[in-house]
Amino acid sequence: MRKGSKKVFTLSVVVLLTVGGLTGCKGNSSSSDDSIDITNVSYDPTREFYEAYNVEFAKYYKDKTGKKVTVTQSHGGSGKQARSVIEGNEADIVTLALAHDITSIEEAGLIEKGWLEEFDKNSSPYTSTIVFLVRKGNEKNIKDWSDLIKDGVNVITPNPKTSGGACWNFLSAWAYADYLYIGDETQIRNFVTKLYKNVSVLDSGARGATTTFVENGQGDVLIAWENEAYLTLEEHPDEYEIITPSISILAEPSVAIVDDVAKKRKTEEVAKEYLEYLYSDVGQRLAGENYYRPSNPEILKEFSDVFNLSINMVTIADFGGWDKAYEVYFQDGGVFDQIYTQ
Amino acid sequence: MVNKFKRTKRRRVIPGFPLSLGITLAMVSMIVLIPMASIIICASDLSLYDFVKIVMAKDVRSGYMVSFSCALIAALINCIFGVILAWVFVRYEFPGKRILDGLIELPFALPTAVAGISLTALYSDQGWIGSIFAKFGIKIAYTKVGITIAMVFIGIPFVVRAIQPVLEKFDPQYEEAAAMLGANGRKTFIKVIFPEILPAMLTGFGLALARGIGEYGSVIFIAGNIPYKTQIAPLLIMSKLEQLKYTDATAIALVMLVVSFLILLLLNIIQVHATKRTT
Amino acid sequence: MNIEQESVNLKKGTKVTKVVLIGVSLVFVLIMLVIPMLVLIVYALKDGGTKYIEAITDPYTIKALRLTIVATVTAVAINTFFGLFAAWAVSKFHFRGKQLLLTIIDIPFAVSPVIAGLIFILTFGRIGWAHDFLNAHNIKVVFAVPGVIIATIFVTFPFISREIIPVLNAQGRDEEEAAALMGASGFHIFRKITLPHMKWALLYGIVLCSARAMGEFGAVSVLSGHLRGKTNTLPLHVEIIYNEFKLSAAFAVSSILVVLAVIILILRNIVEYKAKKGGR
Repeated sequence: MRKGSKKVFTLSVVVLLTVGGLTGCKGNSSSSDDSIDITNVSYDPTREFYEAYNVEFAKYYKDKTGKKVTVTQSHGGSGKQARSVIEGNEADIVTLALAHDITSIEEAGLIEKGWLEEFDKNSSPYTSTIVFLVRKGNEKNIKDWSDLIKDGVNVITPNPKTSGGACWNFLSAWAYADYLYIGDETQIRNFVTKLYKNVSVLDSGARGATTTFVENGQGDVLIAWENEAYLTLEEHPDEYEIITPSISILAEPSVAIVDDVAKKRKTEEVAKEYLEYLYSDVGQRLAGENYYRPSNPEILKEFSDVFNLSINMVTIADFGGWDKAYEVYFQDGGVFDQIYTQ
Repeated sequence: MVNKFKRTKRRRVIPGFPLSLGITLAMVSMIVLIPMASIIICASDLSLYDFVKIVMAKDVRSGYMVSFSCALIAALINCIFGVILAWVFVRYEFPGKRILDGLIELPFALPTAVAGISLTALYSDQGWIGSIFAKFGIKIAYTKVGITIAMVFIGIPFVVRAIQPVLEKFDPQYEEAAAMLGANGRKTFIKVIFPEILPAMLTGFGLALARGIGEYGSVIFIAGNIPYKTQIAPLLIMSKLEQLKYTDATAIALVMLVVSFLILLLLNIIQVHATKRTT
Repeated sequence: MNIEQESVNLKKGTKVTKVVLIGVSLVFVLIMLVIPMLVLIVYALKDGGTKYIEAITDPYTIKALRLTIVATVTAVAINTFFGLFAAWAVSKFHFRGKQLLLTIIDIPFAVSPVIAGLIFILTFGRIGWAHDFLNAHNIKVVFAVPGVIIATIFVTFPFISREIIPVLNAQGRDEEEAAALMGASGFHIFRKITLPHMKWALLYGIVLCSARAMGEFGAVSVLSGHLRGKTNTLPLHVEIIYNEFKLSAAFAVSSILVVLAVIILILRNIVEYKAKKGGR
């Protein structure tokens, strides 16, 4: 028995060590002088955008400095991705859906204060907004937020408590009601409560909500990010329509350098270059092609046939900034929880 | 050393006790106990009052109720069908048996999200099966029934594969003897076979139940996740983590863990008594 | 005469039971397993065959597949090693706290996958208590391949021991005791007496363990960091493609896992067939 077990034991130890050793070396990315390895921790669904962008950036950087840069991508829910960076996922760069997620990384001490001003336009190289997706023909005649609270309208939206992106959906509705009732808190609350009473499925993420709406045929209207609504149209041409409400919110996905990691890995310079290049014409056009609104107004105009540019947009500043908005509306016991306890 | 050992514990004639128990304990500590301790360390940051407040919050309680009740029903369903399936696989020969047998593991091999999406597509009121029920006004997906179905799906391999090896080893002679003595099929099953597979069945039941309580990935798509109605406990953990409230999340997790642990412990104890009785 | 009559009745009775039971099994498997599988295939092929091939031959898919195989094989090897010793200790000897030990072995089943990942983060992650030590020695566990493998081992930890123990318990220990009294060595007893008794259970255990290891998503997802081409396993890759609004590609990639499961099944059948043929 001892003999046999020894063999197995040695074998498993060897397997473990080889695997561990191999990856251990890789993890430390001892980059030689002419090739650099950086990690971009991003959210869903930016994969195609960054896949294209990374190629462009590598070309640009090679021309400029003669160095070869490889970008490892990571995608997942924005909040989860932020958490993984806090927990030790070594990202040189984060490109997430919400400023709030980057603030959490800052509070963990990995990003230096003032990151929001480090790059142009609140460090948001591209933006998006909240729109409605309805089935072709728009049977329930949904035009604006007020149509969503009518009896018999079935709404699909994800849960803001598990999906950061879905916070924007909530806030857009709030902003509309705020405008409608000129700030009367009780009436705004009633409006939003009614809206969420019409929600039949509260998925945990934006993608799950889209599947519920598209593949499983639930609901009459899906509240979604504009870029994701376009991705759905792309996957199912001629089956859905995008409706832009009269008021929506400017969703600003934010980018930042994770200073702590970049310093340690000596990638600060290339990380900065990487994020700055997002604002170049090439980066901006790629964003537009992937249904994000370029933050450069000139380039945004080039996409005026795609985006409805006449939409009225409130910003997160109207809610007193992310941290305050999050505390008031989405923390445990906040407004969103109260809607369901009433 | 060995001699001394033999003298003091005379009844252990089979060799290898210190070695096997040593390795077992070492690995259990390394892989299970030490990491699990982290959860207790993390949750111990809370005062007892805060802990109770978190785990007894209204939404958390309703989450527990949904998770536990659905998992219990699913485990019972799995027990019934698990016994039938294991019996059929071991005792009968029919064309296609091997394929049927092999399908049992699929719920494990599929990523939970894929399973969840497929089941939802099937059982929503537009789906192949859901639409049939929808005609009678029965909603499956986005209700507790849907949650239970997802839990049946992920739990079935546990029960089948726990019972199957025991049946495989069970000598049909006993049944034949019972039949010869005039026992009918039902009687043979209840008196002869059932006691033999009961411990294995309990194991399978416990595992399916525990797995169902903790399941997240496949349930989340079919659940509908409406607070106080179809929101499962693991979703609340996710929502706490989303707010970076690690201690709150671990507190909820700890309660689920303790309950599951007690269920399993109870079943293990019952199992030992059941084994003793039959042998 | 009477007895014969009865046995004919009995046979008829069992025949009806047989048909009914097989029927029930078929319906259950059809509704719970086969049709969901069909849904998967329908989705996977929705965008046509070329798209399917494209999805499964993507370099990142291949890399993810490789990692999944490495993690699965390691987990199966370690858990088999553990399972054999644990089963031997638990089923062949009496000792205090046996139920407790058994239940602790079961814990990974009871832990929600979300929490299974979290415990390793709370141990090895930047916020974990072992982090300073690991950092000082430049060891990366979570958000690297070792973390993925450890999480896989954790979630599949009890499978093999759990399968073997009931069988060994049912068998008792008389034969081993007799052999030991006659002076056989431990390894000899194991090989000649115990192993033949538990070989099917062991086989089931390995199959279950590998299936579960391949498909594990929740725990691995928490601590992998989703680094593409580095720490992405197949299930994680599926999730990412799905979130990219590429439903059909996601299902195409999941079908690889189904194929892997089928391969394991075929291997099992071969082993079973050979063993039965040779054994009797």
